[in-house]
Amino acid sequence: MNSSVKPLESVNDFVIKFANVNGTGSASANNLFAKAMFRMGLPVCPKNIFPSNIQGLPTWYEVRVSEKGYLGRRGGVDIMLSVNPQSMPQDIQEVEPGGYFIYDNTKPLDLRLIRNDVNIIGLPLTRICNEQYNDPRQRQLFKNVIYVGALAALLDMDFKSLTELVGDQFKGKEKLVLPNIHALELGHQYARDNFECPMGIRVRRADEVGDKVLLDGNTALGLGAIYGGATVAAWYPITPSTSVVDAYEKYAKRMRIDAGTGQRNYAILQAEDELAAIGMVIGASWNGARSFTATSGPGVSLMSEFLGLAYFAEIPTVLFDVQRAGPSTGMPTRTQQSDILSAAYASHGDTKQVLLFPSTPKECFDFGALSFDLAERLQTPIILMTDLDLGMNDNMSEPLHWDDDRAYDRGKLLNAEQLEAMQDFGRYVDVDGDAICYRTIPGTHPEKGVFFTRGTSRDEYAVYTEKGEEYEKNMLRLLRKWDTIKEYVPAPEIVPAAEETDVGVIYFGTSEESSREALDYLAEEGVHLDAMRVRAFPFNNGVKEYIENHREVFVIEQNRDAQLRTLLMAEFEFGPDKLKSVLCFDGTPISARNIRKQIKRHLGGNVLPLHRVGVASAGERA
Amino acid sequence: MSYQLPSFRHPDLPVNDLGYTKADYEGSISTLCAGCGHDSISGSIVKAVHELSIPPHHIAKLSGIGCSSKAPTYFLGKSHGFNSVHGRMPSVVSGAAMANRDLLYLGVSGDGDTASIGMGQFAHAVRRNLNMVYIVMNNGCYGLTKGQDSATADEGSASKKGDPNPFSAIDLPALALQLGATFVARSFSGDKEQLVPLIKAAISHRGFALIDVVSPCVTFNNNPGSTKSYEFVRDHAEATGTVDFVPMQQEITASYRPGHTHEVTMHDGSVLHLEKLDDSLDPFDRTSAMLALDNYRRSGRILTGLIYMDEDSRDLHDVLETSQRPLNTLTESDLCPGSRVLENINESLR
Repeated sequence: MNSSVKPLESVNDFVIKFANVNGTGSASANNLFAKAMFRMGLPVCPKNIFPSNIQGLPTWYEVRVSEKGYLGRRGGVDIMLSVNPQSMPQDIQEVEPGGYFIYDNTKPLDLRLIRNDVNIIGLPLTRICNEQYNDPRQRQLFKNVIYVGALAALLDMDFKSLTELVGDQFKGKEKLVLPNIHALELGHQYARDNFECPMGIRVRRADEVGDKVLLDGNTALGLGAIYGGATVAAWYPITPSTSVVDAYEKYAKRMRIDAGTGQRNYAILQAEDELAAIGMVIGASWNGARSFTATSGPGVSLMSEFLGLAYFAEIPTVLFDVQRAGPSTGMPTRTQQSDILSAAYASHGDTKQVLLFPSTPKECFDFGALSFDLAERLQTPIILMTDLDLGMNDNMSEPLHWDDDRAYDRGKLLNAEQLEAMQDFGRYVDVDGDAICYRTIPGTHPEKGVFFTRGTSRDEYAVYTEKGEEYEKNMLRLLRKWDTIKEYVPAPEIVPAAEETDVGVIYFGTSEESSREALDYLAEEGVHLDAMRVRAFPFNNGVKEYIENHREVFVIEQNRDAQLRTLLMAEFEFGPDKLKSVLCFDGTPISARNIRKQIKRHLGGNVLPLHRVGVASAGERA
Repeated sequence: MSYQLPSFRHPDLPVNDLGYTKADYEGSISTLCAGCGHDSISGSIVKAVHELSIPPHHIAKLSGIGCSSKAPTYFLGKSHGFNSVHGRMPSVVSGAAMANRDLLYLGVSGDGDTASIGMGQFAHAVRRNLNMVYIVMNNGCYGLTKGQDSATADEGSASKKGDPNPFSAIDLPALALQLGATFVARSFSGDKEQLVPLIKAAISHRGFALIDVVSPCVTFNNNPGSTKSYEFVRDHAEATGTVDFVPMQQEITASYRPGHTHEVTMHDGSVLHLEKLDDSLDPFDRTSAMLALDNYRRSGRILTGLIYMDEDSRDLHDVLETSQRPLNTLTESDLCPGSRVLENINESLR
């Protein structure tokens, strides 16, 4: 260790980034590291930053450990573990002054890369592997496990919980347990023999995890679809949504097999494209089955025509949009919240689509299941907007919960007895005055309840018409339905500042954790801001009043064009001066430091960089 | 606008086994051009389902966009209908069929709706062997937009505008055979004798049943020089043979020429009698069917009738092993695993 600045010191509070080569099994080892922290009772936030590639390109994995419980991206890297020569020049530059750069020193480090303000630690990973293993694949895989073992010594991790975790992870593949533990020991031993352990950044067992779980949003969504009663899933493979249907299938195979016959109480159709996938969902829903598709931005573009049909013909439709960086193919393995406008107004003509914005895996599960109730109750597409960050990364989350007393809300769906008792059925007659009409599904009654579903204009009895007044009446009813929808979608969450303020922030989805953390930093600096998390579109329950009651509101989001802000302005006619943008759209999750910096710049005044040690002139890396 | 037919009916109209008259299977008054082939096809559909005594509410009729796709309004007024998006009817039927395996799915499409904008969905519905009847009302042109050539217009054929079509035609039965279709037929809107039993056989077939029906467009493509005109089709259509469809409940009364008739028992117990006119075609052999189609096409003739059928067809539900109970009848207790299971899942995530 040869740093010219004081090495960073902290307990249970750091950011480590792993720099690997894609396709070498590194994500499993890095996940093992993250999960070990979780098992030690430490809040942890792993983020896989991976390329659109199967093998060979650089890939990173960032793990935030925070005893305080911050789960968003902080910004900055305290420890860089770099085993990828391709990215090493970039990797070493990212380390905070006083931080640690750990690398494979089997080949000597290029002298030009050396920084005298970071601590450089060399582990001969390739050499150890070459000595220990003959099989090239083993050499590659165990290299990752060996550095986890070394980190255990350097950070003073509980080695026993690490080895127990290996036992759990390879349950059913016991043959793999001992070799992995051996690899951990190799790294552990090397670090203890060669370095002063632990180093300045270290961990110790804590009790800050409670009953929380570690899971990704896509798995939670797949489970939400199981619990919400979805029987037909139709999809076209697209990153980062693919694992939603994978999870649905995995759990359906366990929980949806008819005990008597062995037959499946579900159907999964891998469609020829996204146009077909949404068509299948609409067909199944029209016919009374709960159905969903999962896609990403390009899929939403392709589905737009059908989404207009479902809006206009009022067919329950559930779509999970796991957003990625656009436009076009954009950065398909990087995160963004950039489908807000294309989803909110999806399709030609006057359309407005219902959006839900979950922030955590638990909300993915809850909103996922809720989507099916809402779709049937409101008879319109429900588009759940998550993103790659939430969908594909393990997130620490409240445990999933299901209330056995709740019942599916099938909405205004008429059965044979109800139809029998009816004098007059009109599919688009607003009987109850809430602008939601009664629907029927084919095969319900021999004589009653039949109607013709169409995307062309029609009268209240679903009969084709081109009469302008009938068309207008229907379109205005759909607008009144929009008001009814506000009563059903999740309300925003408001977190008032500790001190009274006339400035607020609005955020949604995965910007929540970093925003909360940024507001804490700002409060420490004497800047107090109220906060509102929007959870749905149409905006409801006080979103408008919240903005009206503040002089200035920062809208924090992960896209270039401030899409939620545009939506707020379009819906409420606020002037552009009232709403200020805080944006991040480089494809990585927005960080707390970035949010703090942007808000401080807006508010004026000197923005000092936030670093862990007082190193002047190090430049801002947030 | 749609206009309903008057409800008055002759009291002595014949009823089927369910007590329904043919009028019970009719729809609104057609708004297609007088003499449109599509209306004749609607008539054949009505006759077939009436004679088969299928309860109207057990049928779902679906279509895309175009003249053909307007047609479902004009038949089966007591069945649910869905006029969807241009070229996308197959996906809507796919989802609907997954939701409820017990209904009869009758898809109606046109040559533009199937062979151009809907080519992808058509192809994939075929290869999944979705259990449905797929009728193409094929007039070789885009009627609603005033007569442009479609992808099924024969090369050299000229519509009313007079310009010969310079592109090669897509032959839907040939394409379907190549894609693995398990029931392929072609007919002519003007030949009810042939079309009605073909529709019945298609309904009985388990899997995807394509009937490509040449259906002249009287307004834009019924002129000399067109190969989709009434006159041309009458002169050039040659049937593979005759098809007689006998539903399961009925006694076989007709007499068939021994040695010339092939008897097929459908999966629902109905019987199909095929009397072959052309020995070069074996409708139970895919290669033979493909060759025959090609031979007729090259000699400028139109092969009609049952072209191919796979008697052992397995439909999409068989492949997916979906429950015999329609998925849309499963209740929350069938579908929701409950809180205890979720607790175990939580435990596995710690």
